Amino acid sequence: MKGRVCGHRDDGWGEGHRLTPCAPCAKALPKPHRVTNLSEPLSFQRMILTLHDYWSTRGCLILQPYDMRMGAGTFHPATTLRALGPEPWNAAFVQPCRRPTDGRYGENPNRLQHYYQYQVILKPSPPDLQELYLGSLAAIGIDFTRHDIRFVEDDWESPTLGAWGLGWEVWCDGMEVTQFTYFQQMGGFDCKPVAGELTYGLERLAMYIQNKDSVYDLAFNDEGVSYGDVFLENEREMSKWNFEIADTDALFDLFRKAAAECERSLEAKLPIPAYEQAIEASHIFNLLNARGVISVAERQAYIGRVRDLAKGACAAWIEKKSPEWEAAYPGWAA
Amino acid sequence: MTDFLLELRSEEIPARMQEKAREDLARLFVAELDKAGLKAAEVVSYATPRRLALILKGLPAKTAAVSEETKGPRVGAPPQALEGFLRKTGLTADQLVERDGVLFAIVDKPGRATAEVLAAAIPAVIRAFPWPKSMRWGADSLSTESLRWVRPLQGIVALFGSDVVPCEIAGVTSGAATVGHRFHHPGAITIGSADDYVEKLRDAHVIVDGAERRNIIALGAKMAAQKAGLSLIEDEGLLFENAGLTEWPMPLLGRFDEAFLAVPPEVIQLTARVNQKYFVCRDSAGKLANAFVCVANIDAADGGEKIVAGNQKVLAARLSDARFFYETDLKVPLEAQAGKLEKIVFHEKLGTVADKVERVAKLARWLVESGVIKPLPFRGGVGVGDSASTGGLAPSSAPTPNPSPEGEGLDLASLAERAARLAKADLVTGMVGEFPELQGLMGGYYAAAQGEDPAVAAAIRDHYKPVGQGDDVPTDPVTVAVALADKLDTIAAFFRIDEKPTGSKDPFALRRASLGILALCQVNGTRLPLHYALAKAMGAALPFSRKHLEFDSLSFVPGNIVPNGKALKAALEASLAQPLQGPAGSTWQQLIDEIVAAVKDATAFFADRLKVQQREAGVRHDLIDAVFALGGEDDLVRLLARVKALQAFVTTEDGANLLAGYKRAANILKKEGVATASAPAEAGAQGGEGPSNPGPLLSQGSETAQHASGFAYDAEPAEAALASALDAAEPKATAAIVAEDFEGAMAALATLRAPIDAFFDSVTVNDADPVKRAARLGLLARMRDAVHKVADFAKIEG
Repeated sequence: MKGRVCGHRDDGWGEGHRLTPCAPCAKALPKPHRVTNLSEPLSFQRMILTLHDYWSTRGCLILQPYDMRMGAGTFHPATTLRALGPEPWNAAFVQPCRRPTDGRYGENPNRLQHYYQYQVILKPSPPDLQELYLGSLAAIGIDFTRHDIRFVEDDWESPTLGAWGLGWEVWCDGMEVTQFTYFQQMGGFDCKPVAGELTYGLERLAMYIQNKDSVYDLAFNDEGVSYGDVFLENEREMSKWNFEIADTDALFDLFRKAAAECERSLEAKLPIPAYEQAIEASHIFNLLNARGVISVAERQAYIGRVRDLAKGACAAWIEKKSPEWEAAYPGWAA
Repeated sequence: MTDFLLELRSEEIPARMQEKAREDLARLFVAELDKAGLKAAEVVSYATPRRLALILKGLPAKTAAVSEETKGPRVGAPPQALEGFLRKTGLTADQLVERDGVLFAIVDKPGRATAEVLAAAIPAVIRAFPWPKSMRWGADSLSTESLRWVRPLQGIVALFGSDVVPCEIAGVTSGAATVGHRFHHPGAITIGSADDYVEKLRDAHVIVDGAERRNIIALGAKMAAQKAGLSLIEDEGLLFENAGLTEWPMPLLGRFDEAFLAVPPEVIQLTARVNQKYFVCRDSAGKLANAFVCVANIDAADGGEKIVAGNQKVLAARLSDARFFYETDLKVPLEAQAGKLEKIVFHEKLGTVADKVERVAKLARWLVESGVIKPLPFRGGVGVGDSASTGGLAPSSAPTPNPSPEGEGLDLASLAERAARLAKADLVTGMVGEFPELQGLMGGYYAAAQGEDPAVAAAIRDHYKPVGQGDDVPTDPVTVAVALADKLDTIAAFFRIDEKPTGSKDPFALRRASLGILALCQVNGTRLPLHYALAKAMGAALPFSRKHLEFDSLSFVPGNIVPNGKALKAALEASLAQPLQGPAGSTWQQLIDEIVAAVKDATAFFADRLKVQQREAGVRHDLIDAVFALGGEDDLVRLLARVKALQAFVTTEDGANLLAGYKRAANILKKEGVATASAPAEAGAQGGEGPSNPGPLLSQGSETAQHASGFAYDAEPAEAALASALDAAEPKATAAIVAEDFEGAMAALATLRAPIDAFFDSVTVNDADPVKRAARLGLLARMRDAVHKVADFAKIEG
C-alpha cells in the first residue's frame, strides 16, 4: 500500500510508504514481538519473563520484589535509595503494590487493592531511554503500525517520599500503560545524576495485549490458569479486611512503633532499616486511611510524618555513603 | 539576503506549553539578533510535541559596520587625563580626532558574519528559555549546573541558507539532520534549508504548523461526526490539546454503550474531555450521543480499527466508574451527606463547611424574610411585588418582611433555607470527589432525583454562579438567595478575620465572589442592604468562639441610604437576642465596633470592584468617581442607575454647559472659601441620625438654601431669574431623586443651564457691596449644592 511519499525518497532510499515503513525507517522502528509455538498473545507470566529478558539484555540487574508491603515500586530501596548518589545503577524488577483504598471486593474489573508494577530504573538516564522503552513494548507484542502510542505530560510527585520528577504517562490507544519519569529530587535531595524510571502497570498492559475486559479473565499462564484463579479470593478477603476488619487501634499503635523504630535506627546510623520502617509507616497510614479514621485535617500531618521519616533515611544514607561517593567522583557533593 | 532555520528537537513537550514556547523562541531570538543590529524581514515559528522551530527570513550576510565615537579630554588637558583616555580606548594619541578643541576616539567596527551572531545566539536563547517547568537529565546531570530544558533536548538543526551554523550545547551539536514522525519515519532526514523544512517534514509525516494540525483535527472530527449522523460539540481547548499531542493527527470516531447515557451528560462529557481528551457529539435531537472522537497520532495500517477499539474500552471503564459513583451517590440522601461536612475544615478560624452551611442557611432565610429577595411576580400574590428593577419606581414605603401567608413568601424563605442546607452536600459525594468541577451540578441532580422541590434543586445546582464574566446569572429567587448568601458569607467571614485580598493575592477568591454579588444584584434589580447583610454575616462568622454574635432580628428600612457607623452599630445592638449586660457588655461593644470597622472595609472593597467592573464596561472613570464621591450609597442598583443617568446627561449640550457653569461657580466659591454644604458622606456620618432618617444624598444639602430666594436689595434680572430657576429646580430634583428617577433629576438640573449662563454674563459676583456679594455667593452655593444632589460634578473631567 502506498500513501504519502516517504521523506527518504530524496535520499534515494525507496519509494516512500504510508503503512509500512521504508527500509531505513523500518530498521529504526522496534519490531513487534513474534512468537512461534506458544499461543499468542503473551500470558501474564510470559509478559513478565519477556520484560525481564529484554531489560536483562540491556544491562539491567533483574532484582526480586521487596519483601514488604508498599504502595508503589518507587518505594523499593532499589529505586528510592539508589536514585541518590553518583554511581550508575540499572535495575528492573516486579513489585507487588498495595493500595487499600482501591479495593473493590473483587467486583470491579479494573480496580485492585493488590497488583503488580514492573519497575525499571536507569541511572543516569540514557539518551535513548524513550527508544529503549518503546523496544520493550514491541517485545511484549505491541505493533506500532496499528496502535497509537502517546507521551502525555504527567509530572510525578510523591509527597510521602519528598520526591518529584518530570515525565509522561504513556498512552496506548488512550490507556495509560506506563509512568515515565525523570527523577529530579528524592527525599528532598537533588538527583545527581538524574535517573529515568519506568513503571509499567502489568495488569493493564496484559488486559490490553490479551484484549480482556476484566482483570480476572487474564491468562496468567499458557495452561489455562486465570488471574482470577490466583487472586480473586485474595481481593475479596483483603478488601474486607482493609475496609472493615483491620483493628484501627492496633494500626495506630503500629504506626507509632514504626515511626519510633525508624528514629532509633537513624540514631544508630542504620539508614536501610530506618527506610524499611518508613515504608512500613507509609503502608500503615494507607490502611488507616482506608478504614476512614483519619480526618481531613489529620491527613496532611500523617503524610508529613511519613515524609520526615523517608527524608531522614535518605539523609542518613547520603551521609553514610558520601565519603565513598566523593572519593569515586571528585567534586561530587550532596 | 538569507533565511535562517532553527529546530530544537526534544522528547515530548507538554501540549499546554507549546504555543507559548513557540512565541518565546521567536521573541528571544529576535531580541538576541537585535542586540547585534540584525533584523529579519519575516519571523515564523512552529511547535509540535517533539520540536520547536524558528524561521527568520531575509537576514543580511553580515551585520552593518559601525563607527563608534567616544568623547575624550579637551586639547591641552593634563597629560594624565589623556593617558587614561588612551588606555581606555586602546588607541595612540595620533589616532584621536580633534573637533572644536575636544579629542574624540573613533573606532570603526567592521560587520560581523551573521552566521557567527547566530551561532552565539542559539546557546544563549536555549539557556535563557523561560519554560514553566524544566528538568535535568542524563550523565551531565551529575552536576546540578547542567542544562535545563522542558524534557531532554535531543537535536539542533541550524541552517543559515544551506550551511550549518555550528554550535554545541550540553553535548548536542547542531547539524542538518532531524527525525520525522516517531513511528512513521523514525529514521534521520536531512534538511536542505529553511525553504524545504516544512515540506520535508510533511513528507516524513510531521505537520509542523500547529494551526494546520488544529484545522485538520477540527475538520476531521466534524466530518467523522457527520458521517455518523451526529454533530460535534466543538471545543477550542481540546483542539489545542490534541494538536499538541500529535504530529500527524487522525481523528477517529468511537462509540460507547448507550446504557451509560443514564449518567448525567455533563459527567460523560467531562470524563471524555478531562481524562481522555475526547470530543463528544450530539444527536439530531440535540442530546448527547453515545459517541466520541479521539485523535490518534498515526495513520494506522488497519485504518484505526484497533485504536478505536482500545479507546472504546478505556472510555467504557471510565464511564462504568462514573456510573458506579453516580448510582452510589444517589442512594445516600443529601441530608445525610451534609452531615459529613462537619469533618471538612472550611478555614481554621471559620470552622467547618457545616458551620458555613449553617450561616448561609440563616442568611438566605433572612434575605427573604427581610424583603431583599422577593418571589417572582407570577409566583407571588398581589402586593408581594416585583423588586424595583427599573429605577423609575419608588421603593414601597412599607416593606413586607412577612408577605402574605397564602403567597409564596413563606415558602420562599423555607425553600431558600432548605437549598442552602443542601447546597454543599455534594462535596462529599464520590462523583464530586472524582470531578471537583461538578460541584453544584451533581448536588442538583441528586436533589432532583431525591424529590426535592425543583427550585431547591436548581438553587443547589446554580448557587456557585456566576463564576466569571459571561457566566449565566441566576434569576430564580431561591437560587439568588442562596447564591447571594453564600458569597456574602465568604466575603464577610474573611474580612472578619482580616484575610483580605492584597495586590495580586486573593487566595479565597473574594474578588470573584464580590463580582458575583454585583452581577446578581444588577441582573435581578436586587436592593441588597450591603452594610447590614455584611454585618449580619460577620457576626456569625466565628463559630464556637466568644466572638460569635447572632444579629437575629436585624432590621433596616429598604431603599434607604446607608447608615453611618453609629446607625449601623445601634441597629446591630438592638438586634442582639440577649441584652448587653454586666462587665461582658464592654466586650460586646468591642465586638460590634470590630464588625462595623470590618463592614466599612468590605464595602470599600465592593466599591473598588464596582469601579473596576464599570470601567471595564466602558463607563468613564470620572463619572464613577463623581457618583462615588457622594459616599455612603448602600444600594448597588441605585448607584448604577445614577451613574448611567449621569453618563447620558454629561454628553448632552445642556449637560456640558451646566458642567462648565458648575465649575465656574465652584471655583469662585472655593476662592471665597464658601464650604460645601452637602459634603459627601462623612459629613452626614457625623450626624448620628437613626437608620430611618434619610442620609446625605436625600436631605436638602444646604440649610441656607431654604430662604435664599428673597433679596434684600434690588436684584438684577439675571440673578432673580437664577433664584427662581433654583426655586423651581431644587424640589423637582429632590423629588426625582427620592423616586430614583435620575433622568428626571438631571432634567431638572438642565433647566439651570440658561439662567446660570445669563448670570455669569451680566452679574458681577464680587460686588463692592458685601450684602450683594454674599447674596450672589449664596446663589452660586445653592446652584452647586443642587448639582451635588446628583453627583459631585467637581470630579467630572472636561
